[in-house]
Amino acid sequence: MKIIVLVIGLGLIAFIGWWFFGKHATDEAAAAVANHHQVVDVEVKGGYSPEVVTLQRNVPATLNFTRKDASSCLDRVVFSDFGINQALPENQVESVEIDTSTPGEYQWACGMDMFHGKVIIK
Amino acid sequence: MTITKRFWVSLILSLPMLAEMILKPFGWMLPGGEYTMLGLTTIIMLVSAGPFIKSAWASFKKHHSNMDTLVAIGTATAYLYSIYAMLTKQPVFFESAAFVTTFVLLGQVFEARMRQNASSAVKKLVNLQAKDAEVFRDGQFIKLPVSKVVVGDLIKVRPGEKIAVDGEITTGSSTIDESMVTGESMPTKKIAGDAVVGATVNGSGTLTYKATKIGKDTMLAQIVELVKKAQNSHAPIQSLTDKVSAVFVPLVLIIAILTFLVWYELIGASVASSLIFAVSVVVIACPCALGLATPTALMVGTGRSAKMGILIKNGQVLEAVNDVKTVVFDKTGTITVGQPRVTNIIGDREKILQIAASLEQASEHPLAVAILNEAKQTQIDMMNVDRFEAVEGKGVRGEINGQMAFVGNDKLLENIRLTSELSRQFEKLQQQAKTVVVVGQADQVIGLIAIQDTPKKTSQAAVAALKNRGLKTVMLTGDNEQVAQSIANEVGIDQVIANVLPKDKANRFKALQAGGKVAFVGDGINDAPALSTADVGIAMGSGTDIAIESGGIVLVKNDLRDVDRALALSQKTFNRIKLNLFWAFIYNVLGIPVAAGALYFVGLTLSPELAGLAMAFSSLSVVTSSVMLNRTKISTTPLTES
Repeated sequence: MKIIVLVIGLGLIAFIGWWFFGKHATDEAAAAVANHHQVVDVEVKGGYSPEVVTLQRNVPATLNFTRKDASSCLDRVVFSDFGINQALPENQVESVEIDTSTPGEYQWACGMDMFHGKVIIK
Repeated sequence: MTITKRFWVSLILSLPMLAEMILKPFGWMLPGGEYTMLGLTTIIMLVSAGPFIKSAWASFKKHHSNMDTLVAIGTATAYLYSIYAMLTKQPVFFESAAFVTTFVLLGQVFEARMRQNASSAVKKLVNLQAKDAEVFRDGQFIKLPVSKVVVGDLIKVRPGEKIAVDGEITTGSSTIDESMVTGESMPTKKIAGDAVVGATVNGSGTLTYKATKIGKDTMLAQIVELVKKAQNSHAPIQSLTDKVSAVFVPLVLIIAILTFLVWYELIGASVASSLIFAVSVVVIACPCALGLATPTALMVGTGRSAKMGILIKNGQVLEAVNDVKTVVFDKTGTITVGQPRVTNIIGDREKILQIAASLEQASEHPLAVAILNEAKQTQIDMMNVDRFEAVEGKGVRGEINGQMAFVGNDKLLENIRLTSELSRQFEKLQQQAKTVVVVGQADQVIGLIAIQDTPKKTSQAAVAALKNRGLKTVMLTGDNEQVAQSIANEVGIDQVIANVLPKDKANRFKALQAGGKVAFVGDGINDAPALSTADVGIAMGSGTDIAIESGGIVLVKNDLRDVDRALALSQKTFNRIKLNLFWAFIYNVLGIPVAAGALYFVGLTLSPELAGLAMAFSSLSVVTSSVMLNRTKISTTPLTES
């Protein structure tokens, strides 16, 4: 019995290590441009999908966040580079306008800095 | 369902189990026993803890983990094991799952409120904005919403009303309370031609002003934008917590499994007690406290300083301020008033002023402006000047009442001699680093006027406060050594670097930076390069125009003592961040081993309920500590003018 428990325990540890620390594909998306405006819908549920958003430079951009997760961890989205700290009421579309004038990578995070996403402006 | 509702559900359903826990020694048992517990806890798990589990699962699928992962695993383990224990007739611990859920939700309810509190500064600033304005349209003043005001509109402000947008007074005069925007507590007297700032409150006079800046160009809008950015910026110290929080939750899960294995395999405890230790570990760990430590303190600190008219641009600046060893000041306009003033008149005061002012009427030379201001204050009538002539680099002359008169420096004298008394005075004034001009009439010097750019009344106190802080003070100026040194002596500056050409300022800076980080205080308009070279650039606002882009710290009001306040606030905020991080780390570093049963053999263990309570309060205490920053005393220099 003890041997079985030990094997299961160590197996779980190995699984956790692989699942959380191993390399896994992230959900990426590029914006669709229409009428000189690009829009990306981001679903907020246990993180962000997509997690990496690619935007075109100098085209006004909107990220539409929809929180489908009750966790208070995710109740805000913070773009520290743009001074944006937007509350995300549950099940409601919240638009965040992104200034695309300077190319680069800009992180966004939840209010507690636990979940992250990234905007790449090219 | 909101967090608050989920909390109430789980609290009310937990109470019967709490009652049993307390009353058990007195012989009271919960009616229905384990079945009632199962029922109550099942509802709690579905209604109150359900969202934790859903969120944890959603993030698990994305290879992420967070607080919810820990809470979900902790409560679900306790709940599921209890069902198994019930079926196999072993002791259950449903109440652990119920209590942990209640405590975690309680913590979140408080925390949400506190976080709201911490971020209230921007909302308060935005609310300062006036809603409407009385605008001159089609021949009359009509009330319009502020959004309809355009640049160039004439706006009427009655006593006690708010000024809608930035502008310039065209008619009327009043005192205006600008404290909400600049932090300046004394109302400011304003007359036609003066600038007014939107969102400030008019005193007892009625004014009409022309709108010069509207919408996001107004000072208030710019301050709001800056504070928003500052509040959400990253402090470099956070990179450590970022690294920790990325691996925190999985690591805790691994520690919990190891805890179980050690108790069960090595020490030989029962499955139930080994599991309780593991659950305690999962429940006590609190990555949120780490994540909240910096942003909440940054939010409160920058918000509070904005209220005082001190705008700290971001967390990076806040952190850099802590290592500043030297404060360098620009002279003109920063330490001094920036407008030369007449300090002494030797000879017949009125006559000398009258002649000098009449001759200088048309001049815009700073020295001439000083003389004209003095004449205006003493209410002297100007006389007509004929055959006016400017002698380049020397002065001016002309005919007044048929007599030749002149005003200028000593080079203008040529073959006129000063009396020995005047010549002695001349030298004495020069030694005091004053610029001396001679005034003459009909080939005779009748008097002297000494002009000086005087230090601001607050400069001495400001410099003293910085020295109290253990900082070295330096004055950097293009002016000559004698003038610079005398002003430095007057305000107590440690070191003077005079005769510096603008292009050499950066090099001088590098030399100073060898002795530690350097802050530069300048007016933000002429000093932009120096402000950006310094480790911390502090831009002084000049009344209504704030050069927001130029400095890491922007002082809205033109008060040098705010430099000390800005440093004090930055230090306080940064220390609070460090304190928060320290507690958040220590809490986890000590809490996890205790929860794992490391102190079992000295009789100290933590039940999952207590662990849940500790966890809820650790993040709450971090946020509370940040909000308390609003109350800490900021040591400032006494307001008495010296």
